[in-house]
Amino acid sequence: MARLFCFPLVLPAMAVKDKSVELASVPVDLMGVNDRIARIKARSIKSEAKVAGLHMALSMIDLTTLEGSDTAQKVRQLCYKAIHPHDELEGIPTVAAVCVYPTMIRTAKEALKGSAVRVASVATYFPSGQSTLEQKLEETRFAITEGADEVDMVISRGRFLAGEYAYVLDEIKAVNALCKEHSVDLKVILETGELGSLDEVRKAADLALLADPTFIKTSTGKIAQAANMQVTLVMLEAISDHYDRTGIRVGMKPAGGISDAKTALHYLMMVKEVLGEDWLTHKRFRFGASRLANDILMQLRKQQTGLYQSPHYFSKD
Amino acid sequence: MPRLDIKKTYKLFIGGKFPRTESGRSYPIKDEKGGVVANLCLASRKDFRNAVVVARKAQAGWANMTAYNRGQILYRLAEMLETRRDAFTAEMQVLGLSKQQAKKEVDTSIDRLVYYAGWCDKYSALFSAVNPTATAHFNFSVHEPTGVVAAILPEESPLLGLISTLAPIIAGGNSVIVLASQMKAISAVSFGEVIQNSDVPSGVVNILTGEGQELLPHMASHLDVNALVIARSGVDLKELMVASENVKRLIHWSAISTEQDPYKILDTQEVKTTWHPVQESASSGGGY
Repeated sequence: MARLFCFPLVLPAMAVKDKSVELASVPVDLMGVNDRIARIKARSIKSEAKVAGLHMALSMIDLTTLEGSDTAQKVRQLCYKAIHPHDELEGIPTVAAVCVYPTMIRTAKEALKGSAVRVASVATYFPSGQSTLEQKLEETRFAITEGADEVDMVISRGRFLAGEYAYVLDEIKAVNALCKEHSVDLKVILETGELGSLDEVRKAADLALLADPTFIKTSTGKIAQAANMQVTLVMLEAISDHYDRTGIRVGMKPAGGISDAKTALHYLMMVKEVLGEDWLTHKRFRFGASRLANDILMQLRKQQTGLYQSPHYFSKD
Repeated sequence: MPRLDIKKTYKLFIGGKFPRTESGRSYPIKDEKGGVVANLCLASRKDFRNAVVVARKAQAGWANMTAYNRGQILYRLAEMLETRRDAFTAEMQVLGLSKQQAKKEVDTSIDRLVYYAGWCDKYSALFSAVNPTATAHFNFSVHEPTGVVAAILPEESPLLGLISTLAPIIAGGNSVIVLASQMKAISAVSFGEVIQNSDVPSGVVNILTGEGQELLPHMASHLDVNALVIARSGVDLKELMVASENVKRLIHWSAISTEQDPYKILDTQEVKTTWHPVQESASSGGGY
């Protein structure tokens, strides 16, 4: 497969306490990234392939509500939507998971009982991550005890930007170890919108991959600049290089800002191109989104009826 | 030295922007002698779909403006058109109207905008009602905008047909997607420039050019369009009813497409009736 970035990485694979981690710099070719994305976006998927793609995208959604105003009933409603995206459409999959704050895990677990939909919880002082390692581990432990199947952690961006890579890596490793111990999947949020450049995104992705989490994830969805195709491509390339080096398949989760079905299909094309079929499953690729589900459902109904749809006829989460 | 003419590229008007049709198609507009005046975008169903999305987004904000403010903005449209009288007159002469006819068309259009600007904050006072009841309640009927309206404009009367259809629809707080006159659409496209200079929020008015036969079935069947105004003669309404799977208002204005009438505002309004108990604060303490 032709690659844009073919720089071999030599990185220390063990946790390096109190020493600085040397991260090989992988320069990202911005023009190359934009060009490749432009080519992907120029493509269009039609008819049966489109329906199959929409089904796949729907099955990869982490239906998310992370608001201070969340109530148990709102979470229950979201869980119902996760299991019954739109009953008028037959043969559509459920979403992959419901993503909530730790206090809502129990409610979500209860509401999703008997379904294959998993419960993901953010932890480690989401969204800022401004806390001590002890407290972050404590919150992660709480999420696991409450019954979370997956934990979405945030990295300490301040520490990362200050060049304290060892600290950040140790933190990810500690949280990952705790999750692995309880067979809980970990997603590591880089919050790419705060990292400044694609070079830094690549660096953060490489760093997170050293801990072998289940997924790496772009954003919290709490700042203006959330997931886009550029950062996702850079992170997918990092995952690809990591796989070539170690044979370990780490998943990817772009989150925030992906609200239409067409864009979701473009992401899937990109995944297939960079990583191949092995990643085209909800076990290795997710969309963190809330509005995306309805747009996919509207598109599926459009394919079925031939009529353009109105959001009025679809449940508002 | 002779100067090279700068020809205008006539495009669509969607969401406050002037995009080309996504389909890349065009059709020629010809003058009386058969010479090509301009090439217009032949809008596709996807252009219409895109227009519905922005119209839906814009509608609530437009409806929530005060009626007085909407009136000011319609008046502003008249002001802007007034400053461009000569340009619009000349443009219509190219399409084959006499100078006299063209002038009359433009002047009537300006007056019509002022007419509906005035109605914005008055129709509700005039047409709403306090209804009789048999119990201790007030019962009100008030008007609310229908929502997103699609309209197909008359084939003749390139400007007045547009204004007479557009103004009553937006005066009442709806957003609108109009399909302009097919063979005389350049005035409608130019009017997009007037709209853009008049504080009309983006997406409230969207102007497409193209074929009625191609686009009408999609205008009728789109589930996110609340009303369809037929201001063009010769449209088979029965065919359109079959095409719509939804409860959409079908409004027929072809006979009055260039007339002014406050009842045209009501055609794209819904009447909401509400009960309210009469407060008897002194005796009951209940009442609510």
